[in-house]
Amino acid sequence: MCGIVGLLIRRAEMRASLGQLAVPMLDCMGDRGPDSAGLAVFEDRVETTGLGFSLYWPGGGDDWDALLQQHRQVAGDEVSLDANADNALLTSLMSPAAVTEWLEQGWPGVDLLSVGSRIRLFKDEGHPRDIASRYGFHSLVGTHLVGHTRMATESMVSPAHAHPFTAGEDFCLVHNGSLSNPNSVRRRLQRRGIAFQTDNDTEAGCRYLEWRMREGDSLEEAIEASFEELDGFFTFLMATADKMVLVRDAFACKPAVVAETEDYVAVGSEFRALAHLPGVAEANVYEPSPQTIYSWSVVEAGSTQTTAVVS
Amino acid sequence: MSDIREFDLAETSVRELNRYLHGELRDSDVARISVQNPNGQHSIGAGLDCPVEVEIHGHAGYFIAGMNKQARVTVHGNVGWSVGENMMSGQVRVKGHASESAGASAHGGLLVVDGDASSRCGISLKGGNVVVAGDVGHFSAFMAQAGTMVVCGNAGANLGDSLYEAVIYVGGSIDSLGADAREEPMEASDVETLRGLLSEAGLEGDAENFRRVGSARSLYHWNAEAHQEY
Repeated sequence: MCGIVGLLIRRAEMRASLGQLAVPMLDCMGDRGPDSAGLAVFEDRVETTGLGFSLYWPGGGDDWDALLQQHRQVAGDEVSLDANADNALLTSLMSPAAVTEWLEQGWPGVDLLSVGSRIRLFKDEGHPRDIASRYGFHSLVGTHLVGHTRMATESMVSPAHAHPFTAGEDFCLVHNGSLSNPNSVRRRLQRRGIAFQTDNDTEAGCRYLEWRMREGDSLEEAIEASFEELDGFFTFLMATADKMVLVRDAFACKPAVVAETEDYVAVGSEFRALAHLPGVAEANVYEPSPQTIYSWSVVEAGSTQTTAVVS
Repeated sequence: MSDIREFDLAETSVRELNRYLHGELRDSDVARISVQNPNGQHSIGAGLDCPVEVEIHGHAGYFIAGMNKQARVTVHGNVGWSVGENMMSGQVRVKGHASESAGASAHGGLLVVDGDASSRCGISLKGGNVVVAGDVGHFSAFMAQAGTMVVCGNAGANLGDSLYEAVIYVGGSIDSLGADAREEPMEASDVETLRGLLSEAGLEGDAENFRRVGSARSLYHWNAEAHQEY
């Protein structure tokens, strides 16, 4: 089944409450996906330089300081690490390729979950409520986030198979549904030298879209192309550094509800995930149409523009 | 028979409410039920079987008033999937929009949606009536067997695919007809039926300007020479 949630804050003062508003959304959607969960938050990191690397180290929670000290030796003093249980955000001036290689050589137990100047990604096994509490989701601050609660149907339950999936920098995807041609999509991408971490169908969709964007497509153009390339049922919710984008396949048998106010745009698999949001009774609540791309942008001044592109 | 009973679903569970509706209510003088804070919860008022009025104030979830018999249920908000599914009699009214499969498999009664209904509205309809003031999504009235569906607005793609004996009236445009569905002439009896349904639903509409969609019945018998082309 699975549940998806997304929240983009339009009123700048509310960004401090992003996590607090999102935790009940994930908790509620635990009914649709109790086996694992994840969340990608897009933060304003004005005080740091370099890229942020989200790291997951099962059972490594006490040893983050050792990792930080060793990273300083190769990357210099402008390195920081914000640890939260088994998850940490390492900020470093090293390139993503160099950090990946450094981790593979010296820290084989540490997984690199995401890379980007704004994205921070968490995922783990267990009930979404417990994961939210383990990593302190209630205190997350940022412009937007997307989250997922998983009930696995097509590949194993593990932190790596949990959503969001990510590829490249500052891009992630959560998915409710199932793709029926992930193996052929994966094989075609692998022939282009694109590496995969799992056999999960959503990872194939995520890497397909990111590959299209590296080839020059906008995210919206990549999604248009995916209508021909990705076969199956999906509600996809995606985020980039400054956007949240939603699309359902032509058959639209996987649900989604949107609630928009002047203060926020919220997306959930079901309305009950949004029922606690302030002012939702007066919000514009609607079901997104099939094969229609909904794209909401974060504008730096603190407001957003909304565009819905009909295909 | 004039008492009103209030339930606040922020305080009371849907299970407690439904247990009351299925049991104690039937032996009481309560004629109206008011439900506050539905908050998108599922199965509110499913399995009603007595002539009571139920008002739900806010957006509700899936299967609202499913299997309804006799009761009149009004939702002052939107509903999720399958409102009034398998209804036997009575009336369900949604003042906002309805999500997928509204009125699925309804055997009797009347479902009215004041806003839009999304895809697969009236799927497998079995004798109930569905009246939508706005638009309906794709594959509406799929495999509908008996009963009537009225769409005052526009119908999405593949309307009436694999239709049996149900009849569809559409006031606006039709994106496309599904397999075996065809437009048929509006007879005087159609106008009369449609006027009756619009009036029962409390909606305005110029019955003479609606179009009728029925089954061509070409799928009723297997035709080996059709090579799966219909």
